[in-house]
Amino acid sequence: MLEDIATATKSEFGERTIEVAPGNILSALRRLRHDHKFERLTSVTGVDRYPAEPRFEVVYHLQSIAGKQWLRLKARVPGGNPEIESAVSVYRGADWYERETFDFFGIRFLNHPDLRRIMMPEDWEGYPLRKDYPVTGTRY
Amino acid sequence: MAIDIGITSETDLERDHERHESRPGVRTMVLNMGPQHPSTHGVLRLLLELDGEIILKAAPDIGYLHTGIEKEFEVKTYQQGVTLTDRIDYLAPLSNNLVYCLAAEKLLGLEIPPQAQWTRVMLAEFTRLNSHLVWLGTHAIDIGAMSVFLYCFREREDILRIFEMFSGQRMMTSYFRIGGLALPHPRGWQKRVRDFTDIFSSRVDEYEELLTTNRIWTGRTKGVGFISLEDMLDLGVTGPMLRAAGLAIDVRKDAPYSSYEKFDFEVPTRTENDVFARYQVRIEEMRQSLRIIKQALEGMPSGSHQADAPGIVLPDREKMKTQMEALIYHFKIVTEGFRVPEGEVYQAIESPRGEVGCYMVSDGTQKPYRVHWRGPSFGNLQCTSKMVEGTLIADVIASLGSMDFVLGDTDR
Repeated sequence: MLEDIATATKSEFGERTIEVAPGNILSALRRLRHDHKFERLTSVTGVDRYPAEPRFEVVYHLQSIAGKQWLRLKARVPGGNPEIESAVSVYRGADWYERETFDFFGIRFLNHPDLRRIMMPEDWEGYPLRKDYPVTGTRY
Repeated sequence: MAIDIGITSETDLERDHERHESRPGVRTMVLNMGPQHPSTHGVLRLLLELDGEIILKAAPDIGYLHTGIEKEFEVKTYQQGVTLTDRIDYLAPLSNNLVYCLAAEKLLGLEIPPQAQWTRVMLAEFTRLNSHLVWLGTHAIDIGAMSVFLYCFREREDILRIFEMFSGQRMMTSYFRIGGLALPHPRGWQKRVRDFTDIFSSRVDEYEELLTTNRIWTGRTKGVGFISLEDMLDLGVTGPMLRAAGLAIDVRKDAPYSSYEKFDFEVPTRTENDVFARYQVRIEEMRQSLRIIKQALEGMPSGSHQADAPGIVLPDREKMKTQMEALIYHFKIVTEGFRVPEGEVYQAIESPRGEVGCYMVSDGTQKPYRVHWRGPSFGNLQCTSKMVEGTLIADVIASLGSMDFVLGDTDR
């Protein structure tokens, strides 16, 4: 699956993970949806690997209903300019998940129809799930 | 998009009237429903743009109940994290306990003894009943049938008493722990569960008697809230809503966990794909859950309620008084927790509302590096606009109710 664009694949705990370059994410998702019949995008989220670089992992979980399997797709984006193409054109359901990832990690999804904060107030400063964001404390 | 949540003044509204693309010349009105509207069951805000009684555009606005639980996981030890999961979806605490424990146990490679697994199944099904009863009662109230609520809460009370018997808590149970159950079975639980299973089937008949052939109920629910199966799959909807559209999808069957494969039950489906079909699916699910509970009651295996994993599950109180090692383990677990091997897992289970998924990343320390919670309510709510646009405003209440969302689960 996606042998030509995968930069890494692993199978752990009975779960398959495929890693691709951020530039290939749309073609990877498109192929998984149309050629490999992964009809559902279960979730999109991020992981902050601070201080390692590339800092952010964007993680997609996909499900194939007929094949009864789940798949994890990953792309790493740099901390300085975290940007990746939005998946909304392939799976409309990515909309809120990408807004949430943007809200919590500050990863920008290019060509997203409505990239606004979803949980935090509109005028919130900082991205709460980043590792350098404190758990407690007050804002000035 | 004609409405966004930046509307603050009359001038903004006027501007939006001008801008409406699809119906030039039509004067529309923006109605702000929530966040304190009773039928939103929590704090959901819906912005509705209306032309008379027809909804042209609907924009849900969530986040009012955001509590930063995913951040909180990162500073709690694995075992402490169980208590947070109760509070995500407060109508299905044990389902959430279960998915979290299963994810951590997958990382640890723990083997859970049969008794603990069967108890988990039994209580997870009680949770489903509990959640469906609250849903049915409040959904009926929204539509105008007051008495169903009282009947549902009568049985819910019995279920909460059973939870209390097992865990000491009615709602925030935290009864499932990494490695098994928090406590052994309470004395006399069989009788309490049997009393419940004996009456519950006739109680479901009672609800059906009140609603299924009720002309007002069918009038308000049949043919309302349609959304195509393709749209639902595309928008991330899971659970009873998909089953009411004819797709027999259920994680309990597709990827069995906690020995669900040993139980005999069916996945009810309907094809009408409206509010009434969703009601029928959930009613039938209650009957199936009852079947599972009966099987668990009859076939409950004997043995231990916790895995044989010193260093992860707390040692027996008696052993601590006689064995040095047990005392050391106890001290270590309580003060610093246990280390979980590096790796990442995604565990999905079928909660009352749909697929709840727990994506857990471990970096080899005592605290999770990252936990992402895929709440079913979040995915289900995403189809709101698609479902209600073009319908009557009075039907919004029925449509929203049929989604069965919990805002705590949406906002986390």
